[in-house]
Amino acid sequence: MPPIISVTNLSKTYGSGFQALRNVNLEIRRGEIFALLGPNGAGKTTLISAICGIVRPSAGTISADGHDIVRDFRAARAKIGLVPQELTTDAFETVWATVNFSRGLFGRAPNPAYIKATLKTLSLWDKKDSRIMTLSGGMKRRVLIAKALSHEPQILFLDEPSAGVDVELRQDMWRLVRTLRDSGVTIILTTHYIEEAEEMADRVGVISRGEIILVEEKAELMRKLGRKQLTLQLQAPLERLPPALDAYRLELARQGSELVYTYDTQGERTGITALLRDLAAAGIRFKDLQTSQSSLEDIFVGLLRERA
Amino acid sequence: MNVHAVRAIYGFEMARTRRTLLQSVVAPVISTSLYFVVFGAAIGSRISNVEGVPYGAFIVPGLVMLSLLTQSIANASFGIYFPRFSGTIYEILSAPISPFEIVLGYVGAAATKSIALGAIILLTASLFVPLRIEHPGWMALFLVLTAATFSLFGFIIGLWADGFEKLQLVPLLVVTPLTFLGGSFYSVDMLPPAWQTVALFNPVLYLVSGFRWSFFGQADVSVGASLGMTLAFLGGCLALVTWMFRTGYRLKS
Ligand SMILES: Nc1ncnc2c1ncn2[C@@H]1O[C@H](COP(=O)(O)OP(=O)(O)O)[C@@H](O)[C@H]1O
Ligand SMILES: [Mg+2]
Repeated sequence: MPPIISVTNLSKTYGSGFQALRNVNLEIRRGEIFALLGPNGAGKTTLISAICGIVRPSAGTISADGHDIVRDFRAARAKIGLVPQELTTDAFETVWATVNFSRGLFGRAPNPAYIKATLKTLSLWDKKDSRIMTLSGGMKRRVLIAKALSHEPQILFLDEPSAGVDVELRQDMWRLVRTLRDSGVTIILTTHYIEEAEEMADRVGVISRGEIILVEEKAELMRKLGRKQLTLQLQAPLERLPPALDAYRLELARQGSELVYTYDTQGERTGITALLRDLAAAGIRFKDLQTSQSSLEDIFVGLLRERA
Repeated sequence: MNVHAVRAIYGFEMARTRRTLLQSVVAPVISTSLYFVVFGAAIGSRISNVEGVPYGAFIVPGLVMLSLLTQSIANASFGIYFPRFSGTIYEILSAPISPFEIVLGYVGAAATKSIALGAIILLTASLFVPLRIEHPGWMALFLVLTAATFSLFGFIIGLWADGFEKLQLVPLLVVTPLTFLGGSFYSVDMLPPAWQTVALFNPVLYLVSGFRWSFFGQADVSVGASLGMTLAFLGGCLALVTWMFRTGYRLKS
């Protein structure tokens, strides 16, 4: 199946001369949840804005569902819904008016039943006649989501959906995102919260300083780059490690009461059996042990450090 | 053509007008009435007739033009400036809508409002002085063309402005003086000869003159020149706004 979004050799240099995107190539698969992960200022919003037609690319091409976003902007944009990072709303409009406005703007005939259902899903129905300025930040975020969904888009962009959002809304949002995905909508979210990508995404792209440095299935990414750590609680603390164990690159932690062994899950052998045997030979005894897997965050930090 | 989108923008702008009914309709009516009291009654009692028309009636077309120009510019410039300022413009920019449709929605709404306002002022005026309209068709044409042209001009100012001061600057420093000096309250014949020549460089003079002709059948310049000037200005604004959208001027970084 052809990708639903395809970005080719995209670069963006702002008027200030700052290059926010460097030769970005990216394909988003139909129906997936894609998390674009990167620190602040990496270029996530710029990339989304370029795809949505808000920022003019300096070079490169973009297509959405097969439609070039410049030549065939009507068809391309009609497919896309965008929830922006900033809480930009019309203060004086009512919720009902602003959401219906969005639907019209995106070229769809009025459909009060659909808008009503969308507002209900987002727990906004009892606020439908409220002016937006009277709503809380979280409610405004919901309004922006309702606006983005008003024209029944096939592709939904969520730019930093969890920024400044309470737990309840975050959970509501994640539930909604999954429901949308199940109905065939492709979702691209940007975040610098790793947990969000880890929890939600099918695939993860990492962007740093305007470059996509990695795109990977989340599971694959975890497997490929994931390291595991074995922590052994010792019966008696150690001053230093016997030289016989040098090859394992062990670390002593908690004033010598813990031994930490880091190993690669990808390796043919983890070396755990040998380690335990050599520990016994060296007379080091332990009372307990745990293993832990590195989170996306660890992977991410590792990746960025590698490139720095 | 994305008809739903044009309708959405137009409806949004008209809703904004309804919310600010007091300042957008009542205020101009009051200021027009004040002009009548000052110019029509106070000065008009000294100037009986201008070219055979009672002074009170003579200033009506100029007054309508004055409001038409300032209100068209104010409405349209604010209409597009505000979403730029608040950030809600992102939605317009990401929607499947062409620049022409955006202009149609915003400028159409601003022009509609101005035309309604022009009609209200005419009605208000008819309470003060007996009015006759010799060429109603032309009157309507000038009304619509002027409202559309200056709403488009206002739209351009709203795109150009990068602060609220600039939004006020052009209307205050350029348009209001040109309107006052454009023969709203006098006939160019009443000026000294040298100033008559200067006045001919004022584009607003042509609008007022043409509009007044449609009422009383007499003008400072020929109707053709008036119409030509209006169309030329409209053409210039269209070219400018096309260029702005093509280059993304102050809309897209
Ligand atoms: N309009 C602009 N003009 C100049 N620089 C900009 C503009 N918008 C963003 N930038 C810069 O581009 C970089 C990327 O910004 P952005 O895409 O917002 O990053 P992110 O969304 O990943 O935090 C930042 O360094 C930012 O300062
Ligand atoms: Mg951002």
